[in-house]
Order: sequence, then C-alpha cells, then structure tokens
Amino acid sequence: MSQTQTLPLRAIAHARAGDKGNTSNISLWVNDPAHFAAVREQVTADAVKRHFGAQVQGTVTRHEVPHLHGLNFVLTAALDGGVNGSLNLDGHGKSWSFILLDMQVKVETGTL
Amino acid sequence: MRIGCGAGFSADRLDPAVDLARDGALDALVFECVGERTLAFGHRDRRADPQAGYNTLLQTRLRAVWPLTAASGCRIVTNMGAANPMAAGRAAIAVARECGLRGQSVAVVLGDDVTSLIDADTPLPLSGCNVGDVGRDMIGANAYIGADAILPALETDAGLVIGGRLADPSMFLALLRHRFGWDAADWPLLGAGTLTGHLMECGAQITGGYFADPGHKDVPDLAFVGYPIAEVRADGTVTITKLPQAGGMVTTATVKEQLLYEVHDPARYLTPDVSADFSGVQLTDHGGDRVGLRGASGTTRPETLKVTVAFDGGLLAEAEVSYAGRGAADRARLAAEIASTRLQRVHGVTEDLRTDLIGVRSLHAHADHGLPVAETDVRLRVAGRFESRERAEAVLWEVESLLCSGPAGGGGFRGRITPSIVTHDAFLPRGDVPTRIEVLTA
Repeated sequence: MSQTQTLPLRAIAHARAGDKGNTSNISLWVNDPAHFAAVREQVTADAVKRHFGAQVQGTVTRHEVPHLHGLNFVLTAALDGGVNGSLNLDGHGKSWSFILLDMQVKVETGTL
Repeated sequence: MRIGCGAGFSADRLDPAVDLARDGALDALVFECVGERTLAFGHRDRRADPQAGYNTLLQTRLRAVWPLTAASGCRIVTNMGAANPMAAGRAAIAVARECGLRGQSVAVVLGDDVTSLIDADTPLPLSGCNVGDVGRDMIGANAYIGADAILPALETDAGLVIGGRLADPSMFLALLRHRFGWDAADWPLLGAGTLTGHLMECGAQITGGYFADPGHKDVPDLAFVGYPIAEVRADGTVTITKLPQAGGMVTTATVKEQLLYEVHDPARYLTPDVSADFSGVQLTDHGGDRVGLRGASGTTRPETLKVTVAFDGGLLAEAEVSYAGRGAADRARLAAEIASTRLQRVHGVTEDLRTDLIGVRSLHAHADHGLPVAETDVRLRVAGRFESRERAEAVLWEVESLLCSGPAGGGGFRGRITPSIVTHDAFLPRGDVPTRIEVLTA
C-alpha cells in the first residue's frame, strides 16, 4: 500500500477567484499533473460547499478542464449580495481563492 | 496584429500604458475601464453635472499616451466614456488640441444607454422580480454592446474610439474583425477573438498581477508589472506576451488563472458577439514570457443583450476601532456588542449590522481552517447600509464613543460614509438597442 500525506491544496495547486453579481467562481489548477486525479476525486462540488459552510447560500457547480488539469467552481448566492450589496469588506470575494486553497487533500507521498 | 491593454479597470496604473504606447510597436491599445459600480457612479455624476459621468482619468491617460500613439499610427479603443461618452469625446478633443494633435478624430460609439427603455414593468429575471419591485430609485441602465457597434467607428480614420458600456472583450474582437475581415457569423473565429479579449481585458492579471504568493508563486519585479500584448493571427490563434523590460511574467500558470477568471461554464462564455467556448483551449509555453493559445471556438450569439440596471443603494457606513495585546479579541467582541446594542436601542437602527474582528475573522466569517490566530492585534469593524444619513452617522458616532465609554485600550478610530448602489440584470432584444457613431475632429 502506498503512503498518503494530507496537505492543504496550496501546497500542490493555485487558484483565482472572480465574481459576477452574487455568484463567485474559483478556478483551481494543480501544479503537477500527477496530482490532478486525487484533487478531482476529493475536491468535489459537495466538498467545496461544505468547506465554505454558510457562506454559500446557493449551490456549488464544478466544471472540469482536464487537459489543463483545472477545475472551476461556481458558487451561487455566495457573496452576501455581491459587491454592490454586501457588507463584507471583500464584496467581490477576491480573497476566496485562498479559502479554497486551505482545503486539505490526501495525496500519495511518492507523487510529492 | 499587435494589441496592448492599457488599463484593466477604471483606476488602473498609467506608467505601464505609457510604456506600451512608446515601446510596444502596437496596432491598437485598449483601455478597459468600466464596471457595474463605475458606470452607476458615472450616472450619478452626470445628473449633478451634464458634462461629467465619464472616467475621471480620461484626460490624464490621453495626455500621456495619445501623442505617442498618434505618432506611431496606433489606435486607442476605450470604454472610458462610461455614462457620458459624448462628453468624453468632447473632452478628448480638448486634450488633442492641447497636445497639438490637430486633425485627429474621435469616433464616439452611442446607444448603450437604455435608461429610457426601462420602466417599473421591466423584468429582472435573475432577481425574480420587476424593476418596480426593487423599491429603490433607478439611477441608469446600460446595455452591453458588442463588436457590431464598434466596427463602424473603426471604419473611420479616428485615432481614438470611445464608448460607454462596450463589452470588455468586444473592443478587442472589433479590432480583429476590422483587421482580418472575419465574418459576423463565423462563430468559431469570433470565439477565438473573444478569447484574446477575455485574456487581455484585465491588464496585468495575465502578466503576473493578482498572482504572487511569496514562496509559492513568486513574480519578478511586481512593482513594475507590465501590461500585456496580444499577437493575434488571422486564424484566431494568439500569443500573449509583455515588453521584455517590464516586470511580471507570462507563464502557462498566469494564463490559466485568467482563462477562467469570471467564467462559469468554460464551454459557454456569453458576450454580445458570440457564445464562446474556451473548453478546448490548448496552451504552449514558448519561454521568454510568451504563451500561445489555440483551440478556442464558439457558437451562435445570444438573442438578447444584457443590461445593467443601477439603483440608489443608500449609504454604506463603516466605522473601526482597534485593540492590542492579550485579550484584544475579547475586548473587541465586547465593543461590538455594545455598539450593536446601542445602535438598536438608542438610535432605533433596524437594518442589518455586520461586525468584523479584523485580525481574527473578517473576510470569511464562516470558515474554520484550524489555523492559529494571534488575537493580539484586533480591529473591530461595524458596517451597515442605510437610507437615512442620520442612522449612517450614528454608526460612526457609536463606534467613536467607544474610545471613552467602551472596553479598555481602544484606539485608532476611523469612520466613513460612502454612497452605495445596487445593480440588477435585465435583458433586451438586440433590435431595441440601435447604436450609432459620431465623429469629432480636433
């Protein structure tokens, strides 16, 4: 059996957040294609929804861009009303890529 | 064709745009400067002064770049006209005269302002109601207009094309259609040109801006990050690069992050011009800050145009005070309780109040990352949105009064009241939004 190690996504991936109204999208890209399968399996739409908790009042949808080793998460009703209505200091949710990158994933030690 | 991006948002920097205008050997330089907020504030400015409502940096930018682009034959395309493109055109002519650019023309693109077409019965489908149900004063409404509206301006000899809510990628696509003669219904090519526009429209976000994470993603000379250049070929393929002497970098990582920035379904990115498909895009890192892209496509454009309808959102009041040392977070929590209680009981505030403990938990109140928190340098922020100025001022007053009457060791009060807007999306049939151009000459 191979050994696994639990790491924050930031150790193996990068991400960028954007907004449209009250919807946030966060794209997630693994640095090493060897980690894509593990990330694709573990960082599901449901897992992301749980990670963000009550911040996401709507749904989380995942789109895949497998040939570029990327995933795109769309979080609806997730910006406290959006940039023009939110009382959050970061009404755009620009900082949220790093909330996602705090998620823990298990990867095989041999792939690190 | 070489196209540069001289601004990715209304307040973007000037010096990288000047560098591109001087050294970029560009055919065109695009300044993308309109967002939902900037447009709404433009409408408000225009109400107060009929000659206002366009980007306040318009003249500063033109003075710095237009003499350079006029000399090299590079065209400028911009949506800095915001809520008042005609006044922006006249202001541009004044700059041309001041800079000795006699004979230069400005083509103004008009027709995006659809305020007069919106009434209480206009549906806001994404909000599940009509305009009248919003219960706020409408400030203005603008349709996102596309390359079709910009092309007639490019067919004149104008060195500057200026409009209002020109859709961000459409400014680039119009330049490409004009240069390469792409058919208005060649959806795969229009999708490819839209990819170029999409990658370029946020300026430095593809050259190393909005990217650096020290130790994980380092970016060279970020203080002088350059703006991007797109080298586009007639088949729609593109290479993204930057000036060699500029800071920042263009890598597959910076390009990938921008590829899906503000995109939902990568196979269906809707603009006024096309339903673009980025799902099959292939990237090639050529090294030396050059990344090539091919494989973008597209299908038929949407039947309707998106319209941003802006409403008066009242006043956003924000007030802050800081606590330091051991127990700082507990004192900030106590202060938050006091301020909230007094705003409700003494000032009759019924609106939602948000309290943040900056340094402990603020941006994302719901996350529990299990990360250690120092809790020795905490700033309380109290925020609310109000129709009444008196209540907005009460937020500042109650937080400031914590200095003498609140927990121990509170200092560094700051407060501000900012006019606020609310936006909703409507959709109009294309036929309801005729556009035209007007040419002014210096």
